[in-house]
Amino acid sequence: MSAVAERLPLTARIRPDGRAAAIDEYEKAGGYEGLRRALTMTPAEVQGVVTESNLRGRGGAGFPTGKKWSFVPMGEKARRPKYFVVNADEMEPGTMKDKMLLEGDPHQLIEGIAIAAYAVEAEVAYIYLRWDYRECAARLKNGVEEARRKGYLGGHILGTSFSLDLYVHMSNGRYMAGEETGLMAALEGRRATPRSKPPFPQVSGLWGKPTVVNNVETVCNIPHILRNGPEWFRSLGRTEDAGTKIYGVSGRVRKPGLWELPIGTTLREIIEEHAGGMADGFAFKGLLPGGGSTDFLTADHLDTPMDYASVGKAGSRLGTGTIIVLDDRTCPVGMLISLERFFARESCGWCTPCREGLPWVARVLTAIEEGRGEEHDLEILDFHTRMIRPGNTFCAFAPGAIEPLESALKYYREDFERHIAARGCPYR
Amino acid sequence: MLSELETEQIRSEIPRYPELRAMVPEALRIVQEHRGWISDESLRDVASLLSMSVEEVDSVATGYNMIFRRPVGRHVIMVCDNVSCWIMGSDAILTKLRERLDVAPGGTTADGRFTLLPSACLGDCHEAPVLLIDGDYHANVTPEGIDAVLESYP
Repeated sequence: MSAVAERLPLTARIRPDGRAAAIDEYEKAGGYEGLRRALTMTPAEVQGVVTESNLRGRGGAGFPTGKKWSFVPMGEKARRPKYFVVNADEMEPGTMKDKMLLEGDPHQLIEGIAIAAYAVEAEVAYIYLRWDYRECAARLKNGVEEARRKGYLGGHILGTSFSLDLYVHMSNGRYMAGEETGLMAALEGRRATPRSKPPFPQVSGLWGKPTVVNNVETVCNIPHILRNGPEWFRSLGRTEDAGTKIYGVSGRVRKPGLWELPIGTTLREIIEEHAGGMADGFAFKGLLPGGGSTDFLTADHLDTPMDYASVGKAGSRLGTGTIIVLDDRTCPVGMLISLERFFARESCGWCTPCREGLPWVARVLTAIEEGRGEEHDLEILDFHTRMIRPGNTFCAFAPGAIEPLESALKYYREDFERHIAARGCPYR
Repeated sequence: MLSELETEQIRSEIPRYPELRAMVPEALRIVQEHRGWISDESLRDVASLLSMSVEEVDSVATGYNMIFRRPVGRHVIMVCDNVSCWIMGSDAILTKLRERLDVAPGGTTADGRFTLLPSACLGDCHEAPVLLIDGDYHANVTPEGIDAVLESYP
């Protein structure tokens, strides 16, 4: 294994020319060795390795992957077929990390799927792919064919009794279809409305059968954990979390982009070293650390390590790890309008606080921005941050939608008040 | 009536799912790829092929952003107005497109050439602002560069 692959396993084989590695190139770099190793173990042992690695979900919620798998009923009595689903819907505003992995190294994902499916004894797997990732779809379908011909997918994989069919399913575009239970409804050919938990998908998921849904980046880590061991994986992180993370930065920075770095790298290092600091003429004002549905953090938080616990302690969430930077010349109210309009548009309409509350929030914000704001508008916004809460809605998307608003009202309240007092946007 | 090719393409996907109704999203996309949008007639044809009610199929068709239940132009322009693109100036892009095409978001130009739609995040945030035309990405777009982009879509 090369030195780079040892430190940055997810992106080491992504080629600078943009072409995806073919299966023989992938094999030459140690590809499918993780699957070979997994197949010498029992499914329970594979689950144990992943649990021991301390891998946590990279899609936003950060749930421990091994633990998620451990709730799947195993053995003879389990209802079948069981399903393994990759969430490749990637519709979180400001998030573009999974596309890089899907396009750059499709076999890494396919190998991860085969191992994960073996670990939970699933016989059918789907990749639920974002609607406009057509290039990813073509590369994945080609990869699936290559893997089938080599015996890594299909019947009796590598001569064992394990069989797996893997299909690529293109979404027709809906943010809600990226929510675990909304995704299952979408795959079943229904509207992407969430379902209540329990029953959890591991027990009753797709078509009522045991189902695991994992994010692309999460699954891409699995071949490396099997090949190099859980201790190696834990050693990659800078803090208590394990592995690397694909971080991204967008906004007015010098070099917006995506980088694989040790998990726990600080916000300051990501923004100042990797993204090159703020663009000329712009000063830093704040950021959303992990996509549109995370709380703002400010200059006081720049030394926060980007791991699950540290970002949580700072008052936000690691989310998808793709940072959106707010600069001093961009209006925070305007930024929130963009966010809340998106959430209002994408709400599935199932729960009243989300369906009615988010358009109301977007209208009030628009009024403030356009100089029609009133003093009590801030109370209306505060009210919604209390109403659109976990427990008041079926899924986590509504509380996520309100996180940037709640934190903006805390950190940038003065900006809101200036809009109302000046009867317009002071940034124009 | 669905064409033989459409029917064949839809049928070839059926074995991937344990239930026929799971084919609805795929079937709608296949028909839309051939016809540009999903008319009431197409909806009935898909429903009949999959042994479902028209209302059930329509509930799926109207539940997703990328299934068009109204006719669209020869080219569909999706303008990302989400947070990263907004910070990087997507408002100016949308304003320029509205002026240039003389059409409001959601509308189609009088000559049927373009439909202009605001879009959910296009997943290319480090190259914002971004446009998607007929599936092609256009990154780091400027208002000045719009004309050149449009020219390649006759």
